[in-house]
Amino acid sequence: MSVEGGSAPLSVQDLTIGLRRPGGRSVAIVEDVSFDVDPGQRLGIVGESGSGKSLTLRAVAGLLPRGVEVLSGRVEFGGRDLLTMPAKDRRALMGPEIAMIFQEPMTALNPVMRVGDQIAEGPRRHLGLSAKEARELAVSMMARTGIPDPARRAKAYPHELSGGLRQRIMIAMAVSCGPRLLLCDEPTTALDVTVQLQVLKLLEKLCDDTGASLVFVTHDLAVVNQTCSELAVMYAGHIVEAGGVKDTFRQPRHPYTRALLESAPDFDHPERELIPIPGFAPNVADRPSGCPFAPRCGYVRDHCTEAVPPLEEVIPGRLAACFESDRLVEVLA
Amino acid sequence: MTTAVVRASRAMRRPARSRALRPWYRNGILVAGIVIVGLLVLVAVFAPLLSPYDPITQDLNHTLEAPGAHHWLGTDKYGRDVLTRLLYGARIDLRVGFLAVLIPFVVGSVLGALAGYFGGWFDAIVMRIVDVFFAFPFYVLVIVLVFVLGAGESSIYLAIAAVSWVSYAKIMRGELLVAKKQDWVVAARLGGMSHARVLMRHIGPNVLSQALIYAMSDIVMDIMAIVTLGYLGLGIAPPTPEWGSMILDGQEFITTQWAQATIPGLAVVLTSLGLSFLGDGLSDLLTPERRR
Amino acid sequence: MLDRFRFVPLRLLQSIPVIFGVTVVVFFMVHLLPGNPALAILGQTATPARVASLSHQLGLDKPLWDQYLLFLGHLVQGNLGTSITYQRPVSELVLQAVPITMSLLLFALVLALVISVPLAAVAASAPGRARDLAVRAFTLVGQGMPQFWVGIMLILLLAVKAKAFPVGGYGESALEHWYYLFLPALTLAIAMCPTIIRSLRASTINVLGSDYVGTARSKGAAGVALFRLHVVRNAAIPTVSIIGVNLGYLVGGSLVIERVFAVPGLGSLMINAIFARDFPTIQAVALVVALFVIVVGILTDVVYTAIDPRVDLGSRELA
Repeated sequence: MSVEGGSAPLSVQDLTIGLRRPGGRSVAIVEDVSFDVDPGQRLGIVGESGSGKSLTLRAVAGLLPRGVEVLSGRVEFGGRDLLTMPAKDRRALMGPEIAMIFQEPMTALNPVMRVGDQIAEGPRRHLGLSAKEARELAVSMMARTGIPDPARRAKAYPHELSGGLRQRIMIAMAVSCGPRLLLCDEPTTALDVTVQLQVLKLLEKLCDDTGASLVFVTHDLAVVNQTCSELAVMYAGHIVEAGGVKDTFRQPRHPYTRALLESAPDFDHPERELIPIPGFAPNVADRPSGCPFAPRCGYVRDHCTEAVPPLEEVIPGRLAACFESDRLVEVLA
Repeated sequence: MTTAVVRASRAMRRPARSRALRPWYRNGILVAGIVIVGLLVLVAVFAPLLSPYDPITQDLNHTLEAPGAHHWLGTDKYGRDVLTRLLYGARIDLRVGFLAVLIPFVVGSVLGALAGYFGGWFDAIVMRIVDVFFAFPFYVLVIVLVFVLGAGESSIYLAIAAVSWVSYAKIMRGELLVAKKQDWVVAARLGGMSHARVLMRHIGPNVLSQALIYAMSDIVMDIMAIVTLGYLGLGIAPPTPEWGSMILDGQEFITTQWAQATIPGLAVVLTSLGLSFLGDGLSDLLTPERRR
Repeated sequence: MLDRFRFVPLRLLQSIPVIFGVTVVVFFMVHLLPGNPALAILGQTATPARVASLSHQLGLDKPLWDQYLLFLGHLVQGNLGTSITYQRPVSELVLQAVPITMSLLLFALVLALVISVPLAAVAASAPGRARDLAVRAFTLVGQGMPQFWVGIMLILLLAVKAKAFPVGGYGESALEHWYYLFLPALTLAIAMCPTIIRSLRASTINVLGSDYVGTARSKGAAGVALFRLHVVRNAAIPTVSIIGVNLGYLVGGSLVIERVFAVPGLGSLMINAIFARDFPTIQAVALVVALFVIVVGILTDVVYTAIDPRVDLGSRELA
């Protein structure tokens, strides 16, 4: 994850997402989020439910739920701001340039449309293929995502397929037009662990083959560890720590990242005790003044509740939003 | 996770609890309904005071007059004041409409509740009867029954009762099927309460609201039926002022006196609107958690 | 694929007891009349000899149970009795009227969909906005209008004032039939629209907020293509059963509307029979209409199964 923009396929700058109240003030759910994704790079965004990670992703895809909107900031793709470009141009990018994979393959597939047709829809629209060519492409895409007997399965409806197969359909659909950027919203959460691993391997392979960049939103640290090279940790609508995945996991510089790591099972050290994070994430409406994590933080000092710590480079290649960042290292050491 | 955010934000925009706790007079649609229906009832009650004319006495010197200073809505083919007949018509149509729901409401709700609560053979028999009655379109059965029972108000009550108890039975049975599995009902039974007490004290008040909300739209249906019967010449016998028969009388003169058939219809529309608002408002008030 | 429709024979079997119940209601309807139906038919002035002869003709001199069995036996043979007014087999009269009423209903359904689908889409695309409120106001008012009154208003506006359509009747040629049926069909369509629009609006809002529409948007779908491919069929699913239930109600309405427009279908047949106290004809129309409602119920499930590949009614009922 690079700090400055430019050639990056995706550059998000000071993105603030929230609810605009009629005639009144607006409420921010995600605030001042910035990150870049370089070609071929894989960024994992991690956080608890309600941290705003999924909204951030949806804002990039232009799929915010009704009532939620981008209040300020820029989302640049290939140098153009997605937020200000005409809707028609933006739609033309969705599929051939940017594609999205959703969390719940059951609800994210149209229940009354054959899966083959759902995959063929994008190529027909964007690549100008005939119905027949698009159908053939769909079958070959399904084969590429490891779906056995793809020609027959293409005629199936989503409910006739298993969760793993449905997620492969989602992936085949996403990569069918050869996008440069893949947005994944917890794509493996609904799957059991073995299927999860297969799907992740598939995603990695497809990205390796095509050189596509990846933004991967999840609450599962192990998934990020396996799939991504860069990491951003979100808490209460802010990025609180960012850096390389391996580095950050080895030596977190934000107490929240550390707490997340301690609360997650570690397959290399199964004997380690899991420590749950005390308390709850704050509601967007009553975010505390100062650091949003302060009420749950083990390193909290008086000044933490007085001002919001800025996201700063604490060591080369690492950003953290914590006044006490250095103490984490001392305590760990 | 997105869903969590979205759910939280929806709750912020439209908090369900504050909606339920909101006093009834802040519920705009309910107030609109009460005002409209209230005004219509007042008009019906005070019709004799509101109009100097008699709704029935004929005045053959002043037939089919256009609306004017004396007769604001003109006169009909027997020289009777149309506005007066409209006001008196409210008495008949509203009274019959309101009274007609009582029997099916009580009979249907009780049968449906018992069927849902006890299940088994009783449920099977009631539901088969419901299926049979459901096969007849509302108007077909009402028209035939009113004819068979003979013209007159009591026939209308009986005919409507025979047809519309079915809907109440269906609604209450469905409510009961859900309610009887709820923890508090199971607990009451295990606590040694009799079936009758559980039904009356615990389930009744909770499930009745759906039937009550439905009753508002049912009154509309009944008023439509009464008006339709009047139009077909099978309802309240003339010369009693009634909106449906007024429309029938007016249809004759549709080319010259279009208002005569139009105005009573508008009165029906206003009544239905008032009752629909009342129903929507009640459903807001009674079951806020079911509203979308 | 096809085995999802295996519920149809089962459903036909299940409707036998209901049909049986319907015949009981239709038969005993007439016997609710106080006194002798023959006397009621002929009026108080009839001579005892005529009453006796008509009683015999109608089989009223037999025990009630025998009369019912006789009635059933005739039904099975397709014998609906003889019309008292026309002195012709009722089955002939009914067979003449059924296609007319069916065309009217079909025409009305098509018109109702033509009006409802775009209005529901417009309303659902901006819930709470002006156009949504306008559509909802239309459904509210539409619900409150007596059907026959709507018919009279259409006659006033489109037949009397604009002179674009006939005031009533059925015309001579096939083309004329449709022309004459337009106003009555429009009347019924207007009666049907509020329910369809309400249901479609709600389900469309639901579908537009669904994950798979998000997926479709992420594939660059928008506007008409989005609706055609992903919204229409999904939003139609709950509406189909609502239309099914309402068709029954609409049949009742069409009987009244036929009267308004003097369309010689089942409705006119029945209302005329009522004024002529022609019991066999009244019974026959009630029976045919009830059978129609039962058939529509089964057809609704067939359509429902056809548009939603997830539905398998047979599996639930056989289980």
